[in-house]
This record gives sequence, structure tokens and C-alpha cells, in this order.
Amino acid sequence: MLLRNLDASLLELVRRTSAELPEDIKRVINQSLQREKKGSVAWNTFSIIEKNIQLAKERSLPICQDTGSCLFYVDCPVGLDQIAFAEVARAAVKEATLKGYLRQNSVDSLTGKNSGTNLGPGAPVFHFHQHASPELRVRLMLKGGGCENVGQQYSLPMESLKANRDLAGCRKVILDSVLKAQGKGCGPGVLGVCIGGDRATSYEHSKEQLLRKLDDTNSNPDLAQLEERVLKEANQMGIGPMGYGGEVTLLGVKIGALNRLPASYFVSISYMCWAFRRQGVNLDGNGEVQNWLY
Amino acid sequence: MIQLEAPFTEEKIRALKQGDEVEITGVIFTGRDAAHKYLHEGGALPAGMSLQNKIVYHCGPVVVKDGQGNWKVVAAGPTTSIREEPYQGDIIKQFGLRAVIGKGGMGERTLAACKEFGCVYLHAVGGAAQVLSTHIQKVKNVYFMEEFGSPEAMWELEIVKFPALVTMDSHGNSLHREILATSTNVFNQLVN
Ligand code: SF4
Repeated sequence: MLLRNLDASLLELVRRTSAELPEDIKRVINQSLQREKKGSVAWNTFSIIEKNIQLAKERSLPICQDTGSCLFYVDCPVGLDQIAFAEVARAAVKEATLKGYLRQNSVDSLTGKNSGTNLGPGAPVFHFHQHASPELRVRLMLKGGGCENVGQQYSLPMESLKANRDLAGCRKVILDSVLKAQGKGCGPGVLGVCIGGDRATSYEHSKEQLLRKLDDTNSNPDLAQLEERVLKEANQMGIGPMGYGGEVTLLGVKIGALNRLPASYFVSISYMCWAFRRQGVNLDGNGEVQNWLY
Repeated sequence: MIQLEAPFTEEKIRALKQGDEVEITGVIFTGRDAAHKYLHEGGALPAGMSLQNKIVYHCGPVVVKDGQGNWKVVAAGPTTSIREEPYQGDIIKQFGLRAVIGKGGMGERTLAACKEFGCVYLHAVGGAAQVLSTHIQKVKNVYFMEEFGSPEAMWELEIVKFPALVTMDSHGNSLHREILATSTNVFNQLVN
């Protein structure tokens, strides 16, 4: 095997991702609780959510029974054997399913048969990026079905909303996606958005935005401003946790951009539920965990 | 907080209003896509099982056997209810359900059936699989295990103080409809 302890490290990565929410998410959930009126339905809902996060960690059990799709993002040094890495990761996913960190969650689309292992065509998903550093960085996101179902892709211009091919148009369609997601996808959620790209890369990049920490600041000032504005306006809509009504409809908005063709202008939105499961590790030359990323 | 305890009579259900927070104690049955489709197509309940004055929970629980061979629910959050919209109203009518627990709310047909036959829709917190499983005290029985498989089977569960919100009552009120209207208003102001 390429790195001696890779299997154990990846298994622990899956366990942690499924059972423990990252600090940046927990912090915003706690701030959201404080923003709701004490004793209100929204406040009680956030209290249940916080209790659930706590319980899952204590019991080392899935935060939500839908443990989602396993999306691996691997930044690797030149020369890492990606085929061997993927083999080890697949074995870790299978083992994690046996141990109950993951639900049996991968179904053959034609026969309806559950593979029982979370392995199959397209499962898990790997994104390998080579970088000019000796470090091996592995990030994992578990994305549930309910929130994945409320993702949207818009093609601008969109007449019904008078949304043109500019940031003002982007703002309108992003808010539209929040309106449509209400009551579904277990809000309050986080939006990952991509402006541009083609249909496939646009959605892909929108998911990558969800790897950013909630409290970071977009390096592009225009996008930073748009993120802030959409977050504020979405919360004004009063949809609240679970769509019960309340002050907090979204926990965060992260927007990126890709070049597009002159003829296309896509805005793609990935919605992540409050059970925002992502974690990451830096691994040393033996595959040992050096540090956790979130 | 309103304590909703078995037996779930029409009178108790009619007294509930949209927006009421309840804690449910008694017996419920899980049921999701396979069960709803089956019952709607005229399928019969097993002998001795009745849904009269009972609650159905839209949930595919994760259930394991403990050391003594007893079933134990380890994760049990609600699943999206709207998938059962084509069936729910008729099932409320035919089997005499008093409440449905799920997430995301349901449509006008279910709302009408709630009004006509005295039933409510109770919303549980989506994703809160661990908290909700602590309110499930006992697995009393399981039906259709062979036919539908574990997540789709109808599990008879004893629950205690299970938290939920009345989002659709038996008087034609729906919180989902209300929030959609108010949020659409704000949205229109924001984008126009
Ligand atoms: S949307 Fe998220 S929290 Fe809700 S059921 Fe799916 S994975 Fe769980």
C-alpha cells in the first residue's frame, strides 16, 4: 500500500464527518439560536438541532440518518498513486458503512437495488488535484438527498424575474432559489453558488464553494458584497428553520465564478442543509493525521 | 407545550391549532413510499393491525438488533412527506388516521382530508435523527419487513414526549401556505 496508515486515517475521516459538525458551522448555528426569540418555535427548533449535534458526537453516530453522497476532494503531491489511493478510500467507505457511520445509501438507478456498501458507479466521488507541495490534503463532504434535491441551475437572462446577465440578475435568481427551497432541504442552509462555467462545471464549482469556511471573506470584493447582501435579504424573507418562520433562513452564502462562453450564462446553486457534514485532514508521509482542517 | 397522548381521539385532534407545539406519547407506525403506495392500491393491513385513530410517521428508521436480539432504533428522523401527497388523503379517509408526522408539509388534498376527517399534520425537525430516536422507547412490532425491506417496513413504535409542531390543522390552516405567502411578498419587494 502507498501510505501505511492511510486506511485508518480515512476511516476516521468518514466517522468524524458523519458524527461531528465542523466548528465554523456549530458557531453559526449557535449565533442563529441567539437571534431567535427565546421560547419561539424557531428558537426551540435550533435548540433541538444543537442537542442533536451534541448527541451524535457523544454517541459517535450519524448526525442525520441520510448520510448522503461521499464527495472526496484530494490535493496530492506529484507522484501520488491516485489509483491506489482511490482503492483505499473505497475500502474505507465500505468499512464505515459496515460500522454504521454511513447508511446504506447507494442505489442502482436502473434496478433500484441498494449496493449495501456505498460503492458503485459514481460512488464515492473523487476530485483529485495535483499541487506543487509534498502535502496530502483530503477533504470529505457528505451531502444529503433532501438538500441536493433543492439545488437549482438558472440560465440567464430569465424573463419572468427580469434577471439579466449581471450581478443584479444573479442576486434575483439566488433569492428565487431560497424561496423555492423553503420547507425542504432542512433549512437553515448554506448556499454554494457558481456564476458561469458550463452546466456540469458550474454545479461542480458551486459545491466546491461549500468547502470554504463560513467565516471567510471572498477575495473578490464584488462577490463578497453579493454574498453579504443575499444572506441579509434571504433572512428578511422570514422562512426560518424548517420553514416554520423565523429570523434565520440561511447560515451562509458562498459565491464563486468561472469563465463562460459568450453564449451561456449559468448560475448554479447547491443547497446544503444545517447538517453540514464536511471535514478534512492533512496527512504525513505515512498517512498519519497531522491536523484536522475544520 | 401540549401533551398529546394516546388514545388519539377526534376531539383531541380537533382541539389542535396550526402553530401548536406538541409532545406525543403513545404508539405510532412508520410508513413511507412503499407502504403508502400499497395501501392506496387497495392492499390490506395484516390481521390484528389497525390504523384507526393512529399516527403514521414518514420515516425510514435505522433499526438494529441489540445483544439480546431486541430491535433498537438508532436513527429516526422524518423523511420528505410531499412524496405521499397522491395517497395520503385517501389513506386518512379509508384507515381513519388521526395524525401524520413528517417533514416539509403536504398539499391541498391532504389538508382537505385533515379537515373533513379530523386529522393533523405534525412536523418533526428534519435531520434531528439522534434527538428523535431518544424519544422512541420501544419497538413493538414490525410489519411488511419481508415485502418492503427495513427502511420501508411499517414499524410499530412506542414513543414518549416526541416533539413536533402542528403545521396543518383540521380546520384548513397550513403554516406552510402561510409562510409561502409572506415570504413571496418579501421576495417580490426585494426583486422588483
Ligand atoms: S436535508 Fe440534510 S438534514 Fe435533512 S434529511 Fe437530508 S441530509 Fe438530513
